[in-house]
Amino acid sequence: MKDVPNTGQGCRNAPILKERGQREVFCGLTSIIWLHRKMQDAFFLVVGSRTCAHLLQSAAGVMIFAEPRFGTAILEETDLAGMADAQDELDREVGRLLERRGDIRQLFLVGSCPSEVIKLDLEKAAERLSARHGPHVRVINFSGSGIETTFTEGEDACLAAMVPGLPETQDRQLMLVGALPDVVQDQALDLLDRLGVGPVTVLPSARADDPVAVGPNAVFALTQPFLGDTHAALVRRGARHIAAPFPFGEQGTTAWLRAVADEFGVSDEKFAEVTDAPRARARRAVAQAAEALENRSVFFFPDSQLEIPLARFLTRECGMTAIEVGAPFIHKDLVGPDMDLMAEGPVFSEGQDVDLQLDRVHDAKPDLTVCGLGLANPLEAEGLTTKWAIELVFTPVHFYEQAGDLAGLFSRPLRRRDLLKLEAAE
Amino acid sequence: MKLTVWTYEGPPHVGAMRVATAMKDLHYVLHAPQGDTYADLLFTMIERRNHRPPVTYTTFQARDLGADTANLFKSAAQDAYDRFQPQAIIVGASCTAELIQDDPGGMAETMGLPIPVIPLELPSYQRKENFGADETFYQIVKALAKPVEKSAHPTANLIGPTALGFRHRDDITEITALLGDMGIGVNVVAPYNATPHDITRMGAAHFNVLMYPETAETAARWMERELALPYTKTVPIGVGATRDFVAEVAAITGRNTVLDESRLRLPWYSASVDSTYLTGKRVFLFGDGTHVAAAARIARDEMGFEVVGMGCYNREQARTIRTLAKDYGVPALITDDYLEVEKTIEDLAPEMILGTQMERHIGKRLGIPCAVISAPVHVQDFPARYSPQMGIEGANVIFDTWVHPLVMGLEEHLLHMFRDDFEFHDDAGASHHGHKAKLRDLDAPAATDGPEMAPAPVESSVEVVWLPAAEKELKKIPFFVRGKARRNTETFAAERGVSEISVDTLYEAKAHYAR
Repeated sequence: MKDVPNTGQGCRNAPILKERGQREVFCGLTSIIWLHRKMQDAFFLVVGSRTCAHLLQSAAGVMIFAEPRFGTAILEETDLAGMADAQDELDREVGRLLERRGDIRQLFLVGSCPSEVIKLDLEKAAERLSARHGPHVRVINFSGSGIETTFTEGEDACLAAMVPGLPETQDRQLMLVGALPDVVQDQALDLLDRLGVGPVTVLPSARADDPVAVGPNAVFALTQPFLGDTHAALVRRGARHIAAPFPFGEQGTTAWLRAVADEFGVSDEKFAEVTDAPRARARRAVAQAAEALENRSVFFFPDSQLEIPLARFLTRECGMTAIEVGAPFIHKDLVGPDMDLMAEGPVFSEGQDVDLQLDRVHDAKPDLTVCGLGLANPLEAEGLTTKWAIELVFTPVHFYEQAGDLAGLFSRPLRRRDLLKLEAAE
Repeated sequence: MKLTVWTYEGPPHVGAMRVATAMKDLHYVLHAPQGDTYADLLFTMIERRNHRPPVTYTTFQARDLGADTANLFKSAAQDAYDRFQPQAIIVGASCTAELIQDDPGGMAETMGLPIPVIPLELPSYQRKENFGADETFYQIVKALAKPVEKSAHPTANLIGPTALGFRHRDDITEITALLGDMGIGVNVVAPYNATPHDITRMGAAHFNVLMYPETAETAARWMERELALPYTKTVPIGVGATRDFVAEVAAITGRNTVLDESRLRLPWYSASVDSTYLTGKRVFLFGDGTHVAAAARIARDEMGFEVVGMGCYNREQARTIRTLAKDYGVPALITDDYLEVEKTIEDLAPEMILGTQMERHIGKRLGIPCAVISAPVHVQDFPARYSPQMGIEGANVIFDTWVHPLVMGLEEHLLHMFRDDFEFHDDAGASHHGHKAKLRDLDAPAATDGPEMAPAPVESSVEVVWLPAAEKELKKIPFFVRGKARRNTETFAAERGVSEISVDTLYEAKAHYAR
């Protein structure tokens, strides 16, 4: 990590404010919105209530397709009355679905709060349906329920559920873990290729047939910080994790690539040859986009677990001050390297009591508040400038070429506030 | 279990939120798991509200289950009372909390809060959003409204408008003015902007204007019985309905019928020669029962369209729509399955769809123009400008909204007559739609297929083949009816065991199906 000097003590051991109370967050089902775009022969079948269907629709917004690859098997009165036929009902619905959609190769049975509370055994259902519809279709179960998962944790639960079924390999290889937009993934693979790192596979892959395997000689690098269970599942399969800061901004990307390069014995000369040009480009782009961010303060509400790496990027590369960095969960093993790079000062909070946190944001009056859509407009109406967090999950923001765009996502609301002259004349 | 892709209505607790968010100084304590707060963004984003919905969620998680979800509920209710000091609280459970069988109503009653606490029973696995709104408003009215002295001047309550209602904001303004012209004041508008204290004064009105049966009919009936408040049965959407509404109000109040039509433009616009091309346009209607019923009358009697099908997604209005469809001699489609709606539209091949945002997407896919007449709607249908559906201005708004997506009359003729012209060809699209005009390549040999519907496979043992001359003739038919012509001809041929479609077959089929 010689390229990124450590400033001061870092924050890894900073005390964490743990809160319980009302939480204004999405449940894990929301992950389906981007996961189904990434896995092109997969269908996500939520077993839940009308609320679940309504959530998916609200979160999917304008993404209405003629034949979307996700849906909800809505539990009805009769399903709740007796447990036995719920499984029969599910078999029937899955049968009908697969009959209509012959292109589906992976079917995810996604658990929800209602299905978890009535203890509908979707794992058993997945085994049974795999036997019935295999080998053409593989049926996998994971839970995206609100009682167990928060927003991006749905992706974690999904990937973790795929790991036990991956083929075993003895090969030395690198696995990139985390769903990235295609353009970003291609850039990452290209950089690794030019560094001479390989072979490289990606989880999740675009198609069920793509060769992804795991074993005792494999190493993996996470591209997203919310993959705690997937991390554990891969370690259980004997793979080793390359700890690194997450690839946001020029420094984050460099540190991430450096950690991978070190694992594969890439020389300093080779590393410089491959990364010098994109690094310079990223630095220039960030400097330009971050002008409006210099010396401004930022407050993160918990949402996606991306908060800590993003706060690291904003404070180190954009000159911002972090007041509070809230995250739904803080996995020290995963975000520790990012916390090492952050100057002391911000409050780290895990969990949420939204009314108390709103009291804190009102007291702090940050220049920029990163929060969910339920809070953004109400806070704007109170005079705070906000950046809605969900965009950070949908937009390409990782690695060098997106570093400027990433800074731009944060600076745009501030530039807009400066531009608009809407107050009535005195 | 039922596989659902898109849903027209949310769960009933979202209906309760629509009532709570519409009101002021009322708070909703909702026993619900983490994640159900997603519903907040419907109000803050789609309706662009500048405050959080007045809802406290218990947001229980897996670790809370079995242990203390009941205590969690009590502390959430107490915190909500302490923090927001509302005039009344409504309490209830979302679908998951319904399963764990804590009793929010019972628990809240034992807490001894010094304000009315109104429990809601919303069966999530049987009913939906509109029921939730209707039931919640009814429970609030039942708990709070008491007989009070009538106002000295004739006044009405406007009941039914909620948060996330399609054009509810502007309909209130329009109806208030309409009643004002008759010398009738508005006592309380509810739930929209009403406080619990306002609800206690509802009995002071002389009658209720039931604006939206979906969200306030139960309360209207209760007030008729308990507070002797008659309510209006006509929903004033459209010119005829507005006139009927005014007559109905005059009959209830004994006042003179007064309707200022000086700003009403729909009748003249519709009568003007420019609108002749609208005659007999085949339209399909879908949405909530109230808006569909109103739209059917406007479509047939005020626009001169032909209604070829209608339906609604809310079963509560099924009877109304079935009866109405019978009057119009068309099939009624009562379903909440959008694939079924899509199938029906494909089969009917209308020239225009009047529906919800789902139908807008169906229309986009099938290349059929669509205007939105009902919730569920997206953010663009909560416009900044004044755009009621009700009353005089509502009629004007509706005329513009419905005509806009149609290809203009002259353009339609040009497309028909000069279809090999380099500017007016199928691929060029309507001039006012936002894509780049594509000029025809004059050197290209033959016309290419336009944006017509893919031919549906004909259910028949006979393989029907189009002869080249017939195929060429088919392309002379305007693209917006070509799909229908193709399908009719193929059905016609298949039924007669004709395996090759010639130009003659095409015209025989045309004659057969001629209206």
